[in-house]
Amino acid sequence: MNGTTVTMIRSAVLDPAERGHHALAWLSTVDHKRIAVLYLLTGLFFFVVGGIEALFMRLQLALPNNHFLQPDTFNQLFTMHGTTMIFLVVMPVMFGFVNYILPLQIGARDMAFPRLNALGFWLIPFGGILLHFSVLSGGAPAVGWFSYAPLSETPYSSTLGVDYWAIALFVLGIGSISLAINIIATVISRRAPGMTMRRLPLFTFINFVNAFLIIFAIPVLNAGLAMLLIDRQLNGNFFLPQHGGSAVLWQHIFWAFGHPEVYIMVLPAFGIVSEIIPVFARRPIFGYGFVAGSSVAIAVLSLGVWGHHMFTVGMGRPLDVFFAASSMLIAIPTGIKVLNWSATMLGGRLRLQVPMLFCIAFLIHFLIAGLTGISHAIVPLDWQTKNSYYLVAHFHFVAVGGIVFAAFAAVQYWFPKMTGRLMSERLGQWSFWLMVIGFNMTFIIQHFLGLLGMPRRVFTYPDLPHWGWMNLVSTVGVLFMSAASLVLIWNLISSLVRGKIAGENPWNAWTLEWATTSPPPHENFDALPPIRSRRPLWDIANPDRPDPAVGKITEEINAPDKTKIGILTFIFSEAGFFATLLLAYLYFYAHPQPGPGPKTLDVPRTLVFSICLFASSFTFWRSEIAMHKQRRGRMIGWLALTIVFGCIFLIGQGAEYWKLFQTGVEVSTNLFATSFFTLTGFHGLHVLFGLIALLIFLWVAWRGDFASGRASAFESAGYYWHFVDVVWVFVLLSVYILPLGR
Amino acid sequence: MYNSSVLDPQSPQARAIGNLGIVSTIVLVLIFVIVTGAILYALFRFRGRDGDADPKQFAGSEKAEIIWTAVPFLIVIFLFVMTLRAMNQVDPPPAPSPDLVVTGHQFWWQANYPASGAVTANEIHIPAGKALSVRLDSKDVLHEFWVPKLTRKMTTVPGQNNHIWLQADKPGVYIGQCSEFCGTQHAWMRILVIAEEPAKFEQWEQAQLQASKIPRAGPAAQGLALFQTSTCMSCHAIRGVPGADSTVAPDLTHVASRQQLGAGILENNSANMRRWLKNPQHIKSGVLMPDFNFTDQQLDQLEQYLATLK
Repeated sequence: MNGTTVTMIRSAVLDPAERGHHALAWLSTVDHKRIAVLYLLTGLFFFVVGGIEALFMRLQLALPNNHFLQPDTFNQLFTMHGTTMIFLVVMPVMFGFVNYILPLQIGARDMAFPRLNALGFWLIPFGGILLHFSVLSGGAPAVGWFSYAPLSETPYSSTLGVDYWAIALFVLGIGSISLAINIIATVISRRAPGMTMRRLPLFTFINFVNAFLIIFAIPVLNAGLAMLLIDRQLNGNFFLPQHGGSAVLWQHIFWAFGHPEVYIMVLPAFGIVSEIIPVFARRPIFGYGFVAGSSVAIAVLSLGVWGHHMFTVGMGRPLDVFFAASSMLIAIPTGIKVLNWSATMLGGRLRLQVPMLFCIAFLIHFLIAGLTGISHAIVPLDWQTKNSYYLVAHFHFVAVGGIVFAAFAAVQYWFPKMTGRLMSERLGQWSFWLMVIGFNMTFIIQHFLGLLGMPRRVFTYPDLPHWGWMNLVSTVGVLFMSAASLVLIWNLISSLVRGKIAGENPWNAWTLEWATTSPPPHENFDALPPIRSRRPLWDIANPDRPDPAVGKITEEINAPDKTKIGILTFIFSEAGFFATLLLAYLYFYAHPQPGPGPKTLDVPRTLVFSICLFASSFTFWRSEIAMHKQRRGRMIGWLALTIVFGCIFLIGQGAEYWKLFQTGVEVSTNLFATSFFTLTGFHGLHVLFGLIALLIFLWVAWRGDFASGRASAFESAGYYWHFVDVVWVFVLLSVYILPLGR
Repeated sequence: MYNSSVLDPQSPQARAIGNLGIVSTIVLVLIFVIVTGAILYALFRFRGRDGDADPKQFAGSEKAEIIWTAVPFLIVIFLFVMTLRAMNQVDPPPAPSPDLVVTGHQFWWQANYPASGAVTANEIHIPAGKALSVRLDSKDVLHEFWVPKLTRKMTTVPGQNNHIWLQADKPGVYIGQCSEFCGTQHAWMRILVIAEEPAKFEQWEQAQLQASKIPRAGPAAQGLALFQTSTCMSCHAIRGVPGADSTVAPDLTHVASRQQLGAGILENNSANMRRWLKNPQHIKSGVLMPDFNFTDQQLDQLEQYLATLK
């Protein structure tokens, strides 16, 4: 370790010029590395919160017929534990690693949209506070993390807990989508020269795939949450069977998000172990192409397996069979991964340091989780084990045995890059063994509790044969896991202060994050090594036996415009949101109810207003042409006309609503009304946002500082405006035109 | 002692699932042993030391990938076929009209026998050896009917009729409970299925159809008066008592013949009945029955009246 590096570390951590406003610098930062650290610290904080919640639950369950906690307290605890661990721990922690490591691995100076990155982070504490605010408003939600209707509806959950829960998840979802957009734009447009898509490190590639999964899955949840809030706040009827709504529709919407969500959490873990195992086995990953390709297969298949959460809800034989088949199929790419990781170890020179230990634990526990997962895809077995402690054990093997173990590995592996100091190997071993022992004590036995008939989410249980001692063992295991977590936190703090200085590349790893100082300087790299394979640092260290070059050596990456990539991915996410609302509308259209229906709508007038909206796409296009020809007057004229057309459409929509209100049709009237107002209302809201954006551009153009650099922003706003029009085509066809044929 | 183990199936339906479970477990454990074996082998055989040179850089093998894609695919097809077979065994189409209708309520079970008109709560009597076609319904939120030794679990969904087949090979008591979280007292929404010889079941059903006797004098008569005046009958039905026909809460016509109170939270005896009547919220907080704070004398009267409802 030479003195210069140490000085560089010091200056990066504590720049003298920044000392005066140090705390403020962290709050206002747009540097991906600092944002990443904020993500990780937020995740760690909520990990402690969620862990304490788990500890209290296990203490209540330690003995049969226990009275340590009130039933409602227990029910709030498991709801908050699940929600916290998923949305405020696993996602922020994984996002933290991605934020820190992904730009470094592709040789970028920062994320594509640094300020959007900061927004994405700050939505997490905001959402977390909103969620916990429920406690002050009469109690946390007590409906479980998937909030099944109709229990989550006002008649059965009358306090504001579920409302805070829904708004918090909505906010957190927006944060996740914004980061996903950022990841996609960064990987596409910010790669260093030579870093072709085929040379991406697996951690980056898998998280790139995962970003698409986020874009597709989260908007479905957000649509569902919007519908739930409309039910609760505006007396809508979506999920209230007593008013003709459908409890099962909520399950479809929730799990159409919820199962991809499992992979959204576990894919980054796959990325972590795909990075660490090769380094500690001292050889390249076995079957890069298959590990990468199976990630794509998992992401695609994961969008079509949600029904395996619903085998006991009475979907009917055809759907049961379909989802059984798709869920079994997804086991194949997952299995390919496990076998490739194992094969990487065979024939290597294994260094059993702490990151590797956690990866091996990940492999074995995740294997068990996968196998018990298959037993849930075998429908008749699910009919017995679902909603039992067998299921609780299964998904904790995924969440803790898989994801948390991978996160522990990642902490120990990348901590030196982030701080310049190594974590203590001795303390790491302690937390590893405490974690492995505690985890298995707690959760292996729960498989058997489930088989003995113990259901999940019970605050207490009768003293049936074996239930008592098995639960006690499970509780004692949690104490070991708590100790492991405390040791981890102590390791983090003490290593930060007096850990061994790490240097640039303490593990002799091969990806670009190890080609800069630890921690990296503000814009990451002074100079980048040549990139011609997937392991640029291996090629430098082993000039006698470099990796074979991957693909043609291209110096220039032909990067598309990042703004357009951003807006296109955003439009994808919006499409998912509207598709969910539209499908809900069509579902209730197919099950008509007494009361007002589509016949009450004024079709001819709406057609006229629709033509205005469609015309506005044309006028916008003319405005764009004028801009490219540098004819400011025409550009402003066409743009103004676009805005006028948009306003006329909104006024027409307002007239429609006014007439319906006059005849007594409101959101609460029946399901036609609820779904009609929701669908057209959200569309109208998007038109309004679009108009605001166009007005800003009009103002900018008016002031005359419409430099050519803003052209892509103007074009991107155009994509959005056209998208809003396309959505209206579908709404018009389903809501106004379709009933004409009935 | 009762148990509710899925490993101890007591009906053709539960046995079909159990057998599939055994086959699947063998397959899955085999996979586990092979993969974990390979990992452990690597740990012992390929352990490196500081200063070791890096091994041969070997980046994969297509042959291996094809094998470990194809073999799992074949295993999956095998499991899928087994799955379809067992689904048909466990869950054939329902009978045209149900033998039994079970309705979930927060936090108890209502059981109706449509053929005879008998009604009971939480303790479901069935004739041993006969497969009953059961319709599942819910009055409020989602619940889930699960008696592990007898049959699959199935959610009760308001507004959607679900169906299971329920059967017990031998007479006996089989326990289960609601397995879909349904609110505060989800934990105490337990089920007893009591399978009896068909003749005995017949007797029980006939007894259930009898209306209650109206006590004419004494504390029991005063208890009945309390039942009628203290709003008990806005929720509870007792056949034979004029106007007491609500289905909001368990039918009490034969409450004294049941084993448990509060859907499994207390044994049914006179002391527990008094505790329950006095302060149900202390025993099962969140239950939809309010605390009435009866005096001791009133409790005696009510308890004595309810004890006549055999």
